[in-house]
Amino acid sequence: MNIHEFQAKVLFEQYGIPVPGGQTAQRREDFEKALNALPDGGVVVKSQIHAGGRGKGTFTDGYEGGVQVLATKEEALESAGRMLGNTLVTHQTGPVGRKVQTVYFTEISQIEKEYYLAILLDRATSKPVIVASTEGGVDIEKVASEAPEKITRVFIDPIHGLMPYQARQVALGLGFKGVAFRQAVKIVQALYRLFHEKDASLVEINPLILTKEGNVEALDAKMGFDDNALYRHEDISALRDLNEEDPKEVEASRHSLNYIALDGNIACMVNGAGLAMATMDIIKHFGGNPANFLDVGGGANEEQVTQAFKIILSDPNVKGILVNIFGGIMKCDIIAAGIIGAAKSVHIEVPLVVRLEGTNVDRGKQLLKESDLAINSADSLSEAAEKIVQLAAQN
Amino acid sequence: MSVLVDKNTRVVVQGITGNNGSFHSRQCLEYGTNIVAGVTPGKGGQIFDDKVPVFDSVHQAVAETGANASLVFVPPPFAADSILEAVDAGVGVVICITEGIPTRDMAEVKQVLDKSSTVLIGPNCPGIITPGECKMGIMPGYIHKPGKVGVISRSGTLTYEAVWQLTVRGHGQSTCIGIGGDPIIGTTHMDAVKLFNADPDTDAIILIGEIGGSAEEEAAAYIKDFVNKPVAAFIAGMTAPPGRRMGHAGAIVSGGSGTAEAKIAALKDAGIAVAETPSVIADTLLTVYSS
Repeated sequence: MNIHEFQAKVLFEQYGIPVPGGQTAQRREDFEKALNALPDGGVVVKSQIHAGGRGKGTFTDGYEGGVQVLATKEEALESAGRMLGNTLVTHQTGPVGRKVQTVYFTEISQIEKEYYLAILLDRATSKPVIVASTEGGVDIEKVASEAPEKITRVFIDPIHGLMPYQARQVALGLGFKGVAFRQAVKIVQALYRLFHEKDASLVEINPLILTKEGNVEALDAKMGFDDNALYRHEDISALRDLNEEDPKEVEASRHSLNYIALDGNIACMVNGAGLAMATMDIIKHFGGNPANFLDVGGGANEEQVTQAFKIILSDPNVKGILVNIFGGIMKCDIIAAGIIGAAKSVHIEVPLVVRLEGTNVDRGKQLLKESDLAINSADSLSEAAEKIVQLAAQN
Repeated sequence: MSVLVDKNTRVVVQGITGNNGSFHSRQCLEYGTNIVAGVTPGKGGQIFDDKVPVFDSVHQAVAETGANASLVFVPPPFAADSILEAVDAGVGVVICITEGIPTRDMAEVKQVLDKSSTVLIGPNCPGIITPGECKMGIMPGYIHKPGKVGVISRSGTLTYEAVWQLTVRGHGQSTCIGIGGDPIIGTTHMDAVKLFNADPDTDAIILIGEIGGSAEEEAAAYIKDFVNKPVAAFIAGMTAPPGRRMGHAGAIVSGGSGTAEAKIAALKDAGIAVAETPSVIADTLLTVYSS
């Protein structure tokens, strides 16, 4: 689960990580109040969406820049008016973009130098790693490929936690001295405490800055959390913004279905995440484009299959459906009965290809055949994929 | 023959009285797995299905029954503790089926495992099976057949797909290991490859991976240098969008790393036959292996 910058900064403040003063507004009539709460002078206006590259992004109406540094509050008011409700497209949002539902106003910081600081899980070592770089405000992947010597990595023992000397290593790696060094050490320690205590999957400050006054502060903030650990963090769960998620995905999660919307036109329904991905891949292999990822799980019942069909069909791009089930403990005839029941209650107007394999497969296929539904049966996964690509193209 | 588990394996099931635990314990018993004990704290003294004694702790189960492998069906908030209990009780092989364990818990478990001799399979996996001898997991037993191909996979049903393809073509399996779909797992692709490489009764290996992390690349590098047995592979997730978690907690392309393209390139570079689609996993192995 991801959260917005302004929400991450509230957490930063709770943990003693300095951030520029800021105010948010979700409605136009709140802009002035928010701006009045900030000191006189210039203001940074920041669109709040769950995607990076906001500064270089463009709104769908042509307005440029999802983050703007403005000299006066009047300009900030106007800029916020153009952002709110508008759709911002960045290199991370895809062409559809994201609608801006919150505008964040912050004080302008006088930047002496920009840095990068993040904590995430290093999968190769199964340990959290602090990644720090003297190149801030730019894409860290770019730095990693072009100037890897500018990146400091410090691995943290998950049981002992971050040792003070390691926090000092990071601050030294960034070249901080004197007062700024001591501030940076504190920030690194606080950031790890936040990462650890809230079961974050990522905390990223890009840029972390040294101000002209000589202080270290977090100009930006990005946080993601481990979904598996949300059960023990009510405060973090409350920060979930459903506006940032595809409504079909929200609906799917309510029925314990794992659905991800994609931009193709062949929907698929599969049991198991690996097989679901592989099914998307084979659709593409035969020249089609998957409309979604959908894992109905190991024990999907008729009710869940019905909901799955409804969600799939709520996508207007869908021109065909491929159901691919490997029946194990869950028997194929039970699944076939579920598909038939669901297909009867949900009106399916697009071609449907069903491929069953595994336990009681013959009885399952027989049931599909005996039903008076227009279900195309396939014996192998390649046959099923070829068939649905063909049928969808004709539809 | 096999790796990790066989007909002599004495299994304790942690969480045997829960919904999943009891259902799958019955399935495993039916397959012929030698389940000698169950553990549910507070239910010690009960007898599961008139067959299996239930204990309050793994230590008691090990002391009383000589259990040497554990199958964990404990819910996510308590699963890490259960794994550590099995490690502390000296159980040699721990299979954790549980999906949804917090990453932070597993990071701590992993540190303990690295200092112990216990082998953990999973979590978030279908388990392990040595066909005809021992099934410790949730896979359908009948699709397997005793034989010489070792199967390693991060996924459940995709593994069944590959195993079934082998079985209908007349090729059995030495052992099938579902290593799990989480970002932190006990036994990696490379660990499993090492086991199969050292097993005299495994003649060929199928390695099934997916997007996220770099475990397949590490296994490929090892295979290139140390493995002479024929290996075929399949990687799922060519069409997965970056930054999205595809069902499994570990199946995510982040910051340009963990892509299917990179994994396939590494596998091909190691001389491994890579299946173009999930339909031809067994056929791809058979292009480089004949028994």
